[in-house]
Amino acid sequence: MTVAATPAPSPATTGGESGVRLARSRRNAELSLLLLAMVLVAAYGATVEANLLDTVTPDFWMPAAALGAVFLGLHLVIRFLAPFADPALLPAVALLNGLGVGFLRRIDLGEAAPVDRESLAIFAGIGGRQLAWTLASVILAAGLLAIMRDHRSVSRYAYTLGLAGIVLVMLPAVLPSSISEINGAKLWIRIGGFSIQPGEFAKLALLVFFAYYLVRKREVLSLASRRFLGIDFPRGRDLGPVVVVWLISLLVLVFEKDLGTSLLYFGMFVVTLYIATERVSWLLIGLVLFFGGAYLAYVLGEMVGGPFANFYLRAEIWLDPFADPTDKGYQLVQGLLALGTGGLFGAGPGGGQPEILPEVQNDFIFAGIGEEIGLFGLSALLVVYLLIVERGLRAALAVRDSFGKLLAGGLAFTLGLQVFVIVGGISKLIPLTGQTTPFLSAGGSSLMANWLLIAVLLRVSDGARRPVTGGGGKAARPAGGPPEQLHGAPTEVIKP
Amino acid sequence: MNAPLRRVGVVVMVLFGLLFANLNWIQAYKADEYRTSDYNGRVQVAEYERKRGNIEAGGTALATSKETSGKLKFQRTYPGGAKYAQVLGYKPVNLADTGIERVENDFLAGTSDQLIGDRFKDMFTGDQTGGGNVLLTLSKRAQDVAYDQMRNNQQGVKKGAAIAIDPRTGAVQALVSMPSFDPNPLASHDTNEAAAAYNKLEQDPDGPLKNRALGETLPPGSTFKIVVAAAALENGISKSTQIPAGSSYTPPTSGEPIRNAHPSICPEPQVTLLDAVTESCNTGFAQLGVRLGANTIKEKARQFGFEQDDLTVGQLGEDGLPTAASRTGTIQNADGGDDPAALAQSSIGQRDVRMTPLQGAMIAGAVANGGSQMRPYLVRQLLAPDRTTSYYTAKPRELRQPVSGQVAGDLRDMMVSVVQKGTGEKAAINGYTVGGKTGTAQSAPDRPDHGWFIGFALDKNGTPVSAVCVVLEQAGSGGSAEAARIGGQIMRAAIADPGGR
Repeated sequence: MTVAATPAPSPATTGGESGVRLARSRRNAELSLLLLAMVLVAAYGATVEANLLDTVTPDFWMPAAALGAVFLGLHLVIRFLAPFADPALLPAVALLNGLGVGFLRRIDLGEAAPVDRESLAIFAGIGGRQLAWTLASVILAAGLLAIMRDHRSVSRYAYTLGLAGIVLVMLPAVLPSSISEINGAKLWIRIGGFSIQPGEFAKLALLVFFAYYLVRKREVLSLASRRFLGIDFPRGRDLGPVVVVWLISLLVLVFEKDLGTSLLYFGMFVVTLYIATERVSWLLIGLVLFFGGAYLAYVLGEMVGGPFANFYLRAEIWLDPFADPTDKGYQLVQGLLALGTGGLFGAGPGGGQPEILPEVQNDFIFAGIGEEIGLFGLSALLVVYLLIVERGLRAALAVRDSFGKLLAGGLAFTLGLQVFVIVGGISKLIPLTGQTTPFLSAGGSSLMANWLLIAVLLRVSDGARRPVTGGGGKAARPAGGPPEQLHGAPTEVIKP
Repeated sequence: MNAPLRRVGVVVMVLFGLLFANLNWIQAYKADEYRTSDYNGRVQVAEYERKRGNIEAGGTALATSKETSGKLKFQRTYPGGAKYAQVLGYKPVNLADTGIERVENDFLAGTSDQLIGDRFKDMFTGDQTGGGNVLLTLSKRAQDVAYDQMRNNQQGVKKGAAIAIDPRTGAVQALVSMPSFDPNPLASHDTNEAAAAYNKLEQDPDGPLKNRALGETLPPGSTFKIVVAAAALENGISKSTQIPAGSSYTPPTSGEPIRNAHPSICPEPQVTLLDAVTESCNTGFAQLGVRLGANTIKEKARQFGFEQDDLTVGQLGEDGLPTAASRTGTIQNADGGDDPAALAQSSIGQRDVRMTPLQGAMIAGAVANGGSQMRPYLVRQLLAPDRTTSYYTAKPRELRQPVSGQVAGDLRDMMVSVVQKGTGEKAAINGYTVGGKTGTAQSAPDRPDHGWFIGFALDKNGTPVSAVCVVLEQAGSGGSAEAARIGGQIMRAAIADPGGR
């Protein structure tokens, strides 16, 4: 692995020599990268206007400036409260978020009557709402950074968060459809004109719980096992609580008719389990369970329908979207046609017709953007996502405590998996399951939850890069020493 | 825990690698298919962003684009309605385009390589320069007359075709196929309306969407005698040579006698070749054909353009409207020798001989033009959107030389005789020398005969100015005379209005 290959001191050996490490905060690098990202966002906005309005309005820079201001605020918070946080995370996320806002504003412009286009207010339409959500989310992320001075403190609330996660996941399922159902998926809570997707937050809460629980149990899970077919399988009773959490969330998700989220939880769970136990058997079990489950759902969907009919339909569309290109396969077909029309370089921001795509502001935003920025632009976006994920994993590698490793690793992987699931879905690599594209798609819940995720990653990376000597307090704790609340769970099992 | 974390990093890299590979695969192998997919509305909207160029003839716009307030910015309209439909074709939103609209689509839409300079300029000025204009060879007057006369023909025939070309250049002066259709509903932005209009036309048993002038073959009847006469003139027979005739002729192997259209035609045992053409003597030509042999007849027909199936009428040397090949059919027996019965019938343009109206006009044109057959074309000029630069100007090309100047001269004299004192009298034009040949072709035993006329007009100096072919399907008795009359009218209009040239 290339990105994380930088020598991150192994926790077992860090103690003595970490004081010698050059402690550089790299905050100025973060600031200049952030400015570069905002210049790109402003340039994107200007290009959109040039293409759609045939002129660039004097106010074209305003969305970029508003975003820039709030990102700058977050940068200052990081500078003072998490000075050693990874400098690439914030600019990368800011770039994606800014382009998302720019693209959503571009959709507003495209849908507005030509006479109204030049006077479109910056907080108007879905683009404006997304801008407002961004401001709120970033402030919330800054707040989390302020409250959570050490990521280990979260583990204190692990059981509370686990319970909250389950409640959040279950809530839409038990609420009446009139409140919770949008486009056939019961994932929402709608109050008035306001809707939130509690599952997005449940993801974070559950991961904290998984991380805490697995750190406590990892030794038992990895050592006390039964050998079967040459693979070590853990004892049932050790797995109890985790499997229960997982089953509940999955069962509920079947009733919420959203396969994408279900897949996401599953992947998140299996990977944290694997990281904690270092047992390949978990990956194998997970893959078998997943592919077996998918196939079973496909067969069941064909034979009995019911809760599986949705998945069967999606699989059929995936196998041949052009079988019913004007109805069932319409969305996927139009997404593919958008990608094909975009070609290598795209039609240019504002030069395409993303309005044709159903749900272009949500699930299909990647295809909509793809039409306008082409293969090269999309590749660049994917690289930015990859950068964020690998930076998160790098923080996990570098951080000294097991809880932080599991937390950061799980969060980073979940983010990457979500990008894979949705981008793979719209490009017909895998069956399409409704997911938001992190930081791009319209939607406050997703944006807010993902910014909180980034705040946690920032905090973990700060902890990882913070020089040990002179730090005092918890940070100076000998590497690998478990925080008290982790009840003596061993930090590291050094494998030969 | 670092080892599994690193492996998770690799897994993420692999997942993103898959995404990346898949996106590349889409662009490399699927993009063209997706871009041009029928379900892709994007390219279409983009196509309608730019004003499509005009198709014009003689200074009149026959197809033009008007700005609308809808999502598709320009509406294609055809002011001439049904009159030019078979030439122009139509440019629908969802359906397939046809005619000149299809052939010259790139230039009209402005996406042609020739117009790359305009596109480049647009990139900097931000304007949308329209597409280029296509100027046709059609003579507005000739087309008007052809369309009106065909529609109101005195036989009350519903199906037929007329085409007039300039014998010296091959430029098409008029092209009408009956029944015609109004292309405007097909170009409607309401795709349901367009589809409904299309389905109605498609299901019409009279086939209004067909271009009969270029694409339909019918037995040519006596007009084919010009081909046989040309073969005879090249094989030692002259205009004044006496050839066997008679009121009836039975080929050696067949009991089915060939008779003349009327008992008064060539009942004498021998007539001159000139008289045989003038009176359209069936028995004379049946025996002439048998004497010349099937290979000679077939070869002559091929030299006049029969059997060519790749001729297109548009720009010269470029894509154009497709044409059907005229055929002489099977004249041989199974053992390869001549079948005298088939040969006798083929020599008077029956049996399996089939000809397009275009082919008829090209035969008449070659005769009028001293034996030189010009390649027919419809596109006179391609004009830049600003109407100043010309990207193409037709340079007439000889297609082939079916007969020598001498033979052409003899054929011309005989055809002139047909109009002066024979079956084609109604084609005569005051002040011009008109030649022609009528044809009455049996279509099926229980159906009325087709009426044909092929002909040409020479001015006082003997310069050919127009060649025409008119066919009235199942016109019955008097059909060929009516075809001759219409042919004369079309040529007169073409002479009066050389505007298309």
